[in-house]
Amino acid sequence: MEKHVVVIYPHPDDEAFGASGTIAKFRSEGVPVTYLCGTLGEMGRNMGNPTFANRETLPEFRKKELINACNVLDIELEMLGYRDKTLEFESKAEVAEHLKGFLDEIKPSLVITHYPGYAVHPDHNALGAAAIEAVKRMGEADRPTIWAQAFSRTHLEELGEPDVAVDISPFFKKKMETILAHQSQASGILGGMDPATADLEAIAKERLGAERFYTWKF
Amino acid sequence: MDPIHIEKVQTELERYLNKDVYVHLETTNGAYASHNDENAYNVGAFIRNAKVRYNHAKIVGSGNVYRVGLKLDIGWVYAEGLSEYEVDDQNRLLMAGHDREGRLMVTLEISETPFHY
Ligand SMILES: [Zn+2]
Repeated sequence: MEKHVVVIYPHPDDEAFGASGTIAKFRSEGVPVTYLCGTLGEMGRNMGNPTFANRETLPEFRKKELINACNVLDIELEMLGYRDKTLEFESKAEVAEHLKGFLDEIKPSLVITHYPGYAVHPDHNALGAAAIEAVKRMGEADRPTIWAQAFSRTHLEELGEPDVAVDISPFFKKKMETILAHQSQASGILGGMDPATADLEAIAKERLGAERFYTWKF
Repeated sequence: MDPIHIEKVQTELERYLNKDVYVHLETTNGAYASHNDENAYNVGAFIRNAKVRYNHAKIVGSGNVYRVGLKLDIGWVYAEGLSEYEVDDQNRLLMAGHDREGRLMVTLEISETPFHY
């Protein structure tokens, strides 16, 4: 059994779409989980549907949504304070040291992050790379396992099948609840439709039914 | 935000004439455009807290989509596709254009104090 799991993603809602089933599974086993969330998604395009946020109010909405989502999942949250869309321009070494500070403290047995180069959004790729660098900077004996998540068009072709597949079917309700906690983002990302009429759950089940990861090899 | 009322926005734009102001200007089609559609192309640009001073400003358009031009001593600030506006609780002028799903495509914001970084 894992001792403590640390999830490292850049945006509020990455945890919901990417790993909330897996997180719920760990929580059901009593494993503590901490989410290190890189930004507040300040530059997101989705403003709610119908629109209720603007560029200046979006971060406050997303911060509340993130806190709600973490309450749904019953996990600890640390907000790292970077700005959306700018992570790839930060010094990778500095971000890695920042992350390592948390890892040294928490001493997780498992880190979940994005697979650099295969996670589509530049923030995903950059924070994933910094997270892996952070673990690399730990002593070999202290290093947690890393599960890296890939979803670019070419990831299966280039990386092969992921070696970790978490059966999240028992936790699907929890996953939906976590996604819907991100009110400003959920409908936009689930298909850009009216949440009142669309069957978001059916869409999510089809698109997000599996949570799969690659164990990182140093 | 409310649909743009051209006379009201024109008045708001003139409120900042010949003052040092901070501008947030942005356009984007999202980080997932080419992921969702192989033929699409990710395009975006933003500048946050550019400090400018304009001596002339105009909003132009028809129907419900507008363009705004701010004339600087040695240049211009320009935005196209604006359809909604708001003067927020900090007295800043926010203008934006969204697609049918409510996703932001363009925004131009003007403030006498810097935007939160
Ligand atoms: Zn993301």
